[in-house]
Amino acid sequence: MLEVKDLHASANGREILKGVDLRVKAGEVHAIMGPNGSGKSTLAHVIAGRPGYEVTRGRVLYQGQDLLAMTPEARAREGVFLAFQYPVEIPGVSNVYFLKAALNAIRKHRGQSELDAMDFLSLVKEKAKLVDIDESLVKRAVNEGFSGGEKKRNEIFQMAILDPPLAVLDETDSGLDIDALRIVAGGVNQLRTPERAIVLVTHYQRLLDYIVPDVVHVLLDGRIVKSGDKELARELEARGYEWLEASAAP
Amino acid sequence: MSSDSITAQDIAAREYRAGFVTDIESETVPVGLSEDVIRLISGKKGEPEWLLEWRLKAYRHWLTMQEPTWANVHHPPIDYQAIAYYSAPKQKKDGPKSLADVDPKLLETYEKLGVPLHERAKLAGVAVDAVFDSVSVATTFRAKLEEVGVIFCSFSEAVQKHPELVRKWLGTVVPYTDNFFATLNSAVFTDGSFCYIPKGVRCPMELSTYFRINAANTGQFERTLIIAEEGAYVSYLEGCTAPIRDENQLHAAVVELVALDHAQIKYSTVQNWYPGDKEGKGGIYNFVTKRGKCLGRASKISWTQVETGSAITWKYPSCILQGDDSVGEFYSVALANNYQQADTGTKMIHIGKNTRSTIISKGISAGHGQNTYRGLVRIGKAADDSRNYSQCDSLLLGDQCGAHTFPYIEVLNSTAQMEHEASTSKIGEDQLFYFQQRGIAPEDAVSMIVNGFCKEVFKELPMEFAVEAQKLLGVSLEGSVG
Repeated sequence: MLEVKDLHASANGREILKGVDLRVKAGEVHAIMGPNGSGKSTLAHVIAGRPGYEVTRGRVLYQGQDLLAMTPEARAREGVFLAFQYPVEIPGVSNVYFLKAALNAIRKHRGQSELDAMDFLSLVKEKAKLVDIDESLVKRAVNEGFSGGEKKRNEIFQMAILDPPLAVLDETDSGLDIDALRIVAGGVNQLRTPERAIVLVTHYQRLLDYIVPDVVHVLLDGRIVKSGDKELARELEARGYEWLEASAAP
Repeated sequence: MSSDSITAQDIAAREYRAGFVTDIESETVPVGLSEDVIRLISGKKGEPEWLLEWRLKAYRHWLTMQEPTWANVHHPPIDYQAIAYYSAPKQKKDGPKSLADVDPKLLETYEKLGVPLHERAKLAGVAVDAVFDSVSVATTFRAKLEEVGVIFCSFSEAVQKHPELVRKWLGTVVPYTDNFFATLNSAVFTDGSFCYIPKGVRCPMELSTYFRINAANTGQFERTLIIAEEGAYVSYLEGCTAPIRDENQLHAAVVELVALDHAQIKYSTVQNWYPGDKEGKGGIYNFVTKRGKCLGRASKISWTQVETGSAITWKYPSCILQGDDSVGEFYSVALANNYQQADTGTKMIHIGKNTRSTIISKGISAGHGQNTYRGLVRIGKAADDSRNYSQCDSLLLGDQCGAHTFPYIEVLNSTAQMEHEASTSKIGEDQLFYFQQRGIAPEDAVSMIVNGFCKEVFKELPMEFAVEAQKLLGVSLEGSVG
């Protein structure tokens, strides 16, 4: 599904990713862990095509295609979804209208007919239940006046509607209390299917108690220095990142 | 990555789809302004003596006036002697008696602009008065309107056929001494539309005037007068376009509205004069005075404007709320892209008791555009229990443009209730990326955000024009990202 090879990327002339390798297959959940500033969010942003980063070396393949050659919207239409760490507010544009435009852009790209208002609303009802989001939020302007937890839940709701083959969740757990975390994680688990690959970017092991990953990677100073199963996450929780730092040196 | 990044300040190429020139033989008076030119214009129209006198009084007063400089706009000095004050397509007879007499080239022009002058098809529910340069070339659906007593014709025709009405109301809302541009208009106005809705009549269709400037080096000075008698209702719409030319052209119009007891006038404008090119060359100077007087008790005047064109827009559609319980409304979307400058807003003058006014202004600035809201709310001494609600929102695309707000409030009566809200927001790169990450192209994202921003105003427009306005805004912002 996703293949990252020797990826180097910098922002404002400073190199942040220094050779990342990652392979994620359909049906797998990979967790990318690491301390602040290790490059976790940069990796998520580069995959989604956020402006402001320069890829200096390496490749990112998605379903065999060169992802880096595509515009951000083309990547999204191909099925790359990013759940934002800080979802932006868009006043005046309702969530429903926004999502319908997004879904229809993706459907058009796939050669499917656009969904009409009725079919779309029944889809909204169904998915709102899945991630336990209040339907009144759906009608409000995108993220405007939402609490932190509501914004994160809205991201997972959008993911449920758009049904992407690849979802990258950037610090979806940050800023959530334990109840909100449980709900968001429950939503993600509902969306865990054999066809979908999920990459969880997270700082804490806490999220992984609810979403159990197949593979855990540790990103330190722009490189993946260790990969393992869910036990690795527990070890990190107990020991911190320091014991790995020696191996991070070039 | 940075190569395909989207920057909101890349506000660039705009396409102006009404920029063609109609090749038609015109009769144009030589450039320059003098009493002789005014006599010539008045003579061509066969005007009565009192109207010529009124024009000359205005002209003499104008000579004592200075061009106003208080607006937040900049342009080189206008040479009023370099403008031709009258230009009309040549006609075989005195004027077209029916649509069949109208030059096919003119019909074609309006067809191309999406304003068919045939009394059928697309705009079947709308009567159109088509003003081409200085004269009205056709007015549709007149017979149907006459059945209910509605008079809808060109201003010149009204002067001939209904002189008592014109004489009674002309200049009662915007006197010839009002301001520099209105005074100039009073001296040289050439044509425009006239509407009279008799007592108790609800006008059965939308009335509209479509203004087209075609000739070069010509100013357009039209004058519109709408009178709604007791209990009458009318919804009126105007549209404007002009060819693409490198020189600036002056458009100084006057619109006067009078609403008597319980009458309602809804006046909508979709202004799309040529805005100039990307570098700010050419375009129309749109210096317009529009004012409505709620003369009668519980009367209502509502202005809705979508201003996307013109190099410079200087206009303040206003309401004088003289009758007790009268209502004034102003809904505006003004766009300034590239090097456009807009200084627009309204005046709500509360005179009668329990008068109410609402102001909703949405300014969009892009490129190097400068957008200014300027508004006055005045509550007079006798205007007990009057209320005003004002909301002025600005939206910025990119970081080269500007938004300015000058709200003036004068309250002379302590029972008044005033509310004023204002906001400024910017379409950020992070917002555009959010749309893109969900599969939506940046240009669609901008149009969704802008339409969301303008929603409150668009819903005030008649249905088919709301759709037009949305499209126009989309075109005007084309190339604003990418």
